[in-house]
Amino acid sequence: MKYSTNEFKSGLKILLDGDPYSIVSNEFVKPGKGQAFNRVKIRNLKNGRTIEKTFKSGESVEGADVIEVEMQYLYGDGEEFIFMNPSTFEQISASKAAVEDAILWIKEQDICTMVIWNDIPLSVETPQFVELTVTKCDPGVKGNTVSGGSKPATLETGAEVQVPLFIEEGEVLKINTQTASYESRVKN
Amino acid sequence: MVSTREQLEAWATVLTQVREFFKARAVLEVQTPLLMREGVTAPHLHQFIVSSFEHSEQAGFLQTSPEYAMKALLANGSGSIFQICKAFRAHESGRLHHPEFMMLEWYRVGFGLTQLMNEVTELIQEVLGTCRVECISYREAFLDHLSVDPFDASDAQLTKCIQTYIEGAPSLSQDRNAQLELLFSHAIQPKLGDGSLCFVTDFPLTQAALAKRSLHDPQCAARFECFVDGVELANGYDELNDPTELLARFAADNQQRLDLGIPEAPLPNRLLDAMKSGLPACAGVALGLDRLLMLKMGWPAIKGLC
Repeated sequence: MKYSTNEFKSGLKILLDGDPYSIVSNEFVKPGKGQAFNRVKIRNLKNGRTIEKTFKSGESVEGADVIEVEMQYLYGDGEEFIFMNPSTFEQISASKAAVEDAILWIKEQDICTMVIWNDIPLSVETPQFVELTVTKCDPGVKGNTVSGGSKPATLETGAEVQVPLFIEEGEVLKINTQTASYESRVKN
Repeated sequence: MVSTREQLEAWATVLTQVREFFKARAVLEVQTPLLMREGVTAPHLHQFIVSSFEHSEQAGFLQTSPEYAMKALLANGSGSIFQICKAFRAHESGRLHHPEFMMLEWYRVGFGLTQLMNEVTELIQEVLGTCRVECISYREAFLDHLSVDPFDASDAQLTKCIQTYIEGAPSLSQDRNAQLELLFSHAIQPKLGDGSLCFVTDFPLTQAALAKRSLHDPQCAARFECFVDGVELANGYDELNDPTELLARFAADNQQRLDLGIPEAPLPNRLLDAMKSGLPACAGVALGLDRLLMLKMGWPAIKGLC
């Protein structure tokens, strides 16, 4: 499927030099009496890098067969990570590169959004906030709720975050995955 | 999308300002037809064709600018005139382009380019406020920003310049003008008029459109453009008034159309006739009112009335 430059918009997935890209921004550039161009910023969905490109207006490009699917994380061995489509029960294996940002925050059974190109998982996105249990940290200091100090804590996924001094092992924390930081305690 | 009260008032204010500006200078306001029988030959301007809903045969074109109609008036003795009107350009859409937009175009009989540029400056400062004014030539703009001479550099040197300054540029090696336009629009223009009003003069003769040849440089046209914050606001000429030269320009346009794979355009006879009967020496300029208002109001994109 081909797209003409006048169909360009943010989020459109195109194929360039064999790689899938997502259009980040699209600007129509035309000097008064001259030829028109489309200046775009595009993000390579395989390596995450953003580049700039100019097309002559009216040119066509190949669309990329890229979809975003809700997938459930089943298990992983450090190299391969198995996900399942909860609607079709189909399983798919994602590489370490594809999960590398998300794997810190997802535990088995969690649902996340996976970007798939030609049946190859490119990346996994977690929700902005997740709830994870503290598996290891130094004991909390009673009464120290106003401290301002912090200590490291290990979460059930293996991720390490800084937490307030009053946090105990076994507590469930709300974590901001975008900033990789403690947000609050989760009260049961 | 419907215009807000704030947008309506902003437009009403600027239209009043423009009219008062020209009234004070005794320039007559005119309104020429939007529906034209004849089209234009310019290869990169795409015209809307007009036909009736019931019958598909073509009745005419929507004007891409009032230039031809105003020149007919000038040849008929109108004296200096201005017009605020809609212009229509198909396939132009973006932050700074709408297919239907508001043009301010005016012609000053007996003015040279410098005099007209001064008047453009006065008008823009009336709307945007006082600011620094700069004036550089097309050649200087290329030398200053890209260290390449747009007239003397070889096509290969221009290609190399494109590869150096513009990431991901398309291949344009067959078309020198397209290479210059790519370099200017991508690597020079965004830096022009940064907190100032910047005029660029002495465009290459190959980009003359309907401007006279420059008297002081045979490689140049008597043409200027002006920029504020990287936005092209106005395009002005010392107007060509030689009908023989006009025919040659039309022929060159049509050759370029063929090279681009689009059909030739019929000769604009009305403009030819106006020039044969005698267009007075004059300088004219077209200014994008949507863009001027956008800059005044600090809008992120042009907002036409709707």
